[in-house]
Amino acid sequence: MAKPQTPKPEELVKVDYGTPGKSWIDIPVEFKDGHWCFGSRPEFLEAVGMPNARDWKPDEADWKLPDDWKDTILQGIKERLEKYRSFHIFMDICVRCGACADKCHFYIGSGDPKNMPVLRAELIRSIYRKYFTPGGKVFGKFAGARELTEEVIKEWWYYFYQCTECRRCSVFCPYGIDQAEITMIGRELLNLIGTQTGWIAGPVANCYNKGNHLGLEPHTLSSNMEYLVDDIEEITGIRVEPSWNRKGAEILFVTPSGDLFGDPGTYTAMGYLMLFHELGLDYTWSTYASEGGNFGFFTSMDMAKRLNYKIYAEAKRLGVKWIIGGECGHMWRVLHQYMDTWNGPADFLEEPVSPITGTKFENAKSTKMVHIAEFTADLIKHGKIKLDPSRNDHLNVTFHDSCNTARGMGMFEEPRYIINNVVNNFHEMSEEESREKTFCCGSGSGLNAGENMEIRMRGGMPRANAVKKVRDKHGVNMLANICAIDRATLSALMDYWTPDVGVCGAHELLANALVMTGEKKRTQDLRLEDLPGMEEEANEEGDE
Amino acid sequence: MPTIEHDGKAYEVDEEGYLLDWQEWIQPLAGIMAAQDSLELTESHWEVITFLREYFEKYQIAPMIKILTKEIAKTHGKEKGNTKYLYELYPAGPAKQACRYAGLPKPTGCV
Repeated sequence: MAKPQTPKPEELVKVDYGTPGKSWIDIPVEFKDGHWCFGSRPEFLEAVGMPNARDWKPDEADWKLPDDWKDTILQGIKERLEKYRSFHIFMDICVRCGACADKCHFYIGSGDPKNMPVLRAELIRSIYRKYFTPGGKVFGKFAGARELTEEVIKEWWYYFYQCTECRRCSVFCPYGIDQAEITMIGRELLNLIGTQTGWIAGPVANCYNKGNHLGLEPHTLSSNMEYLVDDIEEITGIRVEPSWNRKGAEILFVTPSGDLFGDPGTYTAMGYLMLFHELGLDYTWSTYASEGGNFGFFTSMDMAKRLNYKIYAEAKRLGVKWIIGGECGHMWRVLHQYMDTWNGPADFLEEPVSPITGTKFENAKSTKMVHIAEFTADLIKHGKIKLDPSRNDHLNVTFHDSCNTARGMGMFEEPRYIINNVVNNFHEMSEEESREKTFCCGSGSGLNAGENMEIRMRGGMPRANAVKKVRDKHGVNMLANICAIDRATLSALMDYWTPDVGVCGAHELLANALVMTGEKKRTQDLRLEDLPGMEEEANEEGDE
Repeated sequence: MPTIEHDGKAYEVDEEGYLLDWQEWIQPLAGIMAAQDSLELTESHWEVITFLREYFEKYQIAPMIKILTKEIAKTHGKEKGNTKYLYELYPAGPAKQACRYAGLPKPTGCV
């Protein structure tokens, strides 16, 4: 099939929140165009030894499931109930209060009741009840239980890949039920029978084979970097000299590979390069640990652990003291909450201390990996870098809290502190739509494909709506963030809903304002666009 | 998988029409794909396709836009080294449409 066309915004905004005439359990799943991703190709699954590698199409009746698929799923649920106490509790304790229902961006944008977090969880709870609880076994449908059929698998697949694991609903749940964990387990179960999306399985295979999601080979990474270095020289007159795989460097730097490939991520990467050069930081990039993100996290815990392994392994091989991680969302959920116990303890590393300020990063004492926003905010706080925020005066900036850094690690102040020091015009979105209540970009957790664009634009509608409010009130024209998926997906979202708002990483703004030692007068920003007001002046001086 | 037929041979493509095996690509396929989009390939289109093929053989991925514009500017003139020009040639986007005609796979990940 060809890629489905996305309706125009004025059509999409007409969401039907009506109540269906019958119980959800009697409404069969309907695969709507633009709401789902293509199935994985067999070679992606084969690359990492995932089961049931075959050609299949989600919109065809026969999903070519293995003969014993039902046993596999039930055994999979049993193992996870025993392994994860959280999952077992989440299966039991929901009282259907409905506090989560209208908090999900996919429900707000689609009006589909099965996108209410309570009902998304019910898709799996109903099976749990049928096979694992006495009440469900005896009373069946009256106890909210149902048989596990292929239709159920298809319904799971359709709705667990319409959840971005953003955890906004869990902020409002009086019981603290974490819907992201339910979705994660739902996806794990689906992986046991080979029903994976190509958009997730492709990057996983690439990351396993070549070190990063895009499949950038070592010479491609260094070549891409050279082009960024050329641009920095054109803008500042300074040639930065980043190193790759350098043994004995003090710090290993790891960031999502998207920052070394796609705009506007490349401008954020230029920001890192310029900052580290100005500091004279003793650091290295790696072609092996060349991916901070982890699409394995969207398939199963085991896969995420396998892909995460290389970060500590490379730190050990190179003999660095500690690690800095770039701007990324789900990468930090993995690093902050899983890496240490999966692949640590990294006791061969030292507790991170900024070589510039002497600050000890107590919070990273165990993982030995520091978020770049913490590192940079600390530099500014100690007055270690010179900044000229007026270079960003043509920008009215707002900040999008990424779900994973906000709700996953409570990082609210550091990016704001950086942005407030590098721009003069900063406007917050409302409290209900930012910080721990931030709205998802609508495309995280591996949903940032092209063929599911309609549900992406629906799911991103609440975020875009919040941006639109600050645009209309304050003339906001730039949406800053600290996530590589955001940089890619919010660009598409803004183009669709609020076309006059651009998207950038925090370190792009920082590097625009960064006064570098020995630099020439800046007449261009990091995008090689003329800086308003500066160009004319430069021409007058003949400073070309 | 769907296919594109040429000269008695069937070439497998994915759901969006990208060739599954970039090494199977032959020039006439680009013309067939373009015709499906009601586009006629000119010498200017071929400058981009040829560059993409050569780049891919060396780097195993499509070039980032920054590289595409800079290299096209170097070899074919400064007036061609910008995204506006490339979008005029390939209205659905140089990264997607031109790569598809050149038989290259679509990049995936945080892009």
